[in-house]
Amino acid sequence: MTIKLSEIEYPSNSLDLAQQIRIHAIKMVAQSNSSHIGSSLSMADILAVLYMDVLRVDPKQPDWPERDRFILSKGHAAAGLYAVLALRGFFPMALLKRFCQEGSLLLGHVSHHVPGVELSTGSLGHGLPVGCGMVLADKREEKSHRVFVVLSDGECDEGSNWEAALFAAHHKLDNLVAIVDANELQGFGRVDEVLKLAPLAEKWRAFRWAVREVDGHDHQALKTLLNQAPFEPDHPSLVLAHTIKGKGVSFMEDQLAWHYKSPNPEQLSQALKQLGEKR
Amino acid sequence: MRNAFCNVLIEMARQDERVWLLTGDLGFSVLEPFAKEFPSRFVNAGVAEQNMTGVATGLSLSGKIVFTYSIANFPTIRCLEQIRNDVCYHKANVKIVAVGGGLCYGTAGFSHHATEDLAIMRALPGMVVAAPSDALEAAQITRLAITTPGPFYMVLGKNNEPTVHANPPMLNLGEPLCLNKNLGEIALVSTGTLVSEVLRAAEMLKSSGIEARVLSMPFIKPIDCEKFLQFLDGCRLVLVVEEHTAFGGLGSAIAEILAEASLDIKFVRIHLPEFINFIGSQKELRKMLGLDAHSIANRAMTLLTKN
Ligand SMILES: Cc1ncc(C[n+]2csc(CCOP(=O)(O)OP(=O)(O)O)c2C)c(N)n1
Repeated sequence: MTIKLSEIEYPSNSLDLAQQIRIHAIKMVAQSNSSHIGSSLSMADILAVLYMDVLRVDPKQPDWPERDRFILSKGHAAAGLYAVLALRGFFPMALLKRFCQEGSLLLGHVSHHVPGVELSTGSLGHGLPVGCGMVLADKREEKSHRVFVVLSDGECDEGSNWEAALFAAHHKLDNLVAIVDANELQGFGRVDEVLKLAPLAEKWRAFRWAVREVDGHDHQALKTLLNQAPFEPDHPSLVLAHTIKGKGVSFMEDQLAWHYKSPNPEQLSQALKQLGEKR
Repeated sequence: MRNAFCNVLIEMARQDERVWLLTGDLGFSVLEPFAKEFPSRFVNAGVAEQNMTGVATGLSLSGKIVFTYSIANFPTIRCLEQIRNDVCYHKANVKIVAVGGGLCYGTAGFSHHATEDLAIMRALPGMVVAAPSDALEAAQITRLAITTPGPFYMVLGKNNEPTVHANPPMLNLGEPLCLNKNLGEIALVSTGTLVSEVLRAAEMLKSSGIEARVLSMPFIKPIDCEKFLQFLDGCRLVLVVEEHTAFGGLGSAIAEILAEASLDIKFVRIHLPEFINFIGSQKELRKMLGLDAHSIANRAMTLLTKN
């Protein structure tokens, strides 16, 4: 089901939204001959559930003080975030065509100059500390909005995350929810081969986070879980979301190359077909 | 100087609820009064400067004015990218305070010598860089840090530095100070606690019949160039003295100003070598490295007779 809003079809449920995120992200990356499509596809379902069913945000007033905060710490997956923001009405869909183009506002990595973006990222390991600061400010003023941070698994190599993990637990930042998009691939190899993170859930538990594991493509499970957070009072929440990099396009799934490659016209139409694009 | 900073911070925090203080597990016997009076706006972030800087950014994006505090290179270089991407790019209200500028922690060794900080902080977009010469300047600059929106870096001495000013100076962002009104043909220019050595050098020169202007540069960025050049009016020699390497600090900033102004003025620097492979107290190191009042006065004298 879709709602018609001045010619543009805005998805009205998370499954449609995820499909549209994928379609637009692929088009954006193909058009600009840019990278990281696998990274956007891997988290498309997480973003769709967050923006459709979890986050309290208002596209009409992106700076609404009572809003939940969302930080995409894996800022290289900018195409996916920009797509969901446009699809939720934070800025005109037409702007997506300008992704990664000369002189465009939509930079290749996430930029706070784009409506709806809280934090510019692109260097891995920056989002979680900033998220801690946002929660701390609220907590000391007894406000209750939540801060969601999406990290990648390769990003968990960065020590800054573990500094933040200690901090969040020590200060009982229970309005902080970190979601690890665990697709088991990173920049130049498999996570297991580059720098073993396993057992990752146990590591976060040992850092005194309340940890839940979930299939990162199961909308119902994601929706239920994310709306339950905080999972335990006085503990920050960690969702270890098991995902497939490139999810939704068969030839991109679990392929390191699609961290870098941009689809050629043939691959693009094949991908869009698989994703069931109507037009 | 540290206490002057903390006292002003407390005074300002009483008036402004947005003022917070984060420390990287340092500040023993300095920060306790703040922590005691404002427990909900004080955080010891632990020995984790990257996170401390990110947390400061998050707090400031939620409307706070946040000081981060540590010593020497820890609040700056250790978390440089957090400062650049998080603090600077978001124009966050984060005020970085480093205690122990230059060779303050002389005997502690290379790890604790803050001798490139001005260059590195100065290179960051939107960053104000300040190095007060004494406790009175430190107090004023702390106030300015709070009232000036955006990123701010202030490097302090430690304790019991000689006073440079008899009374609190009028400080405006970026303005240099002329500490003695005379029209000597040499100007001695410095920043931070080294200014007191330069002042003493000027007194020594005076007793040998040489008038030298002394300029204190509490701000390395921005610098009010017009005012600076006014202070040099009629001068034929500028001697910059810095407790910093030759690359990118005060000397570089002034060289840039002079070059762009196309002045017919001789420019000389006394600066630190890149590596200091021995230790000593700040006082002794300054002597060994030609940065004490005597060496500065001698250098000035030689320059004046040669030129
Ligand atoms: C600090 C830092 N180092 C290196 C990079 C370059 N880089 C971009 S993505 C990436 C790894 C991608 O793997 P992962 O973090 O697991 O994210 P995924 O795309 O698989 O979700 C790297 C090394 C970066 N952006 N930041």
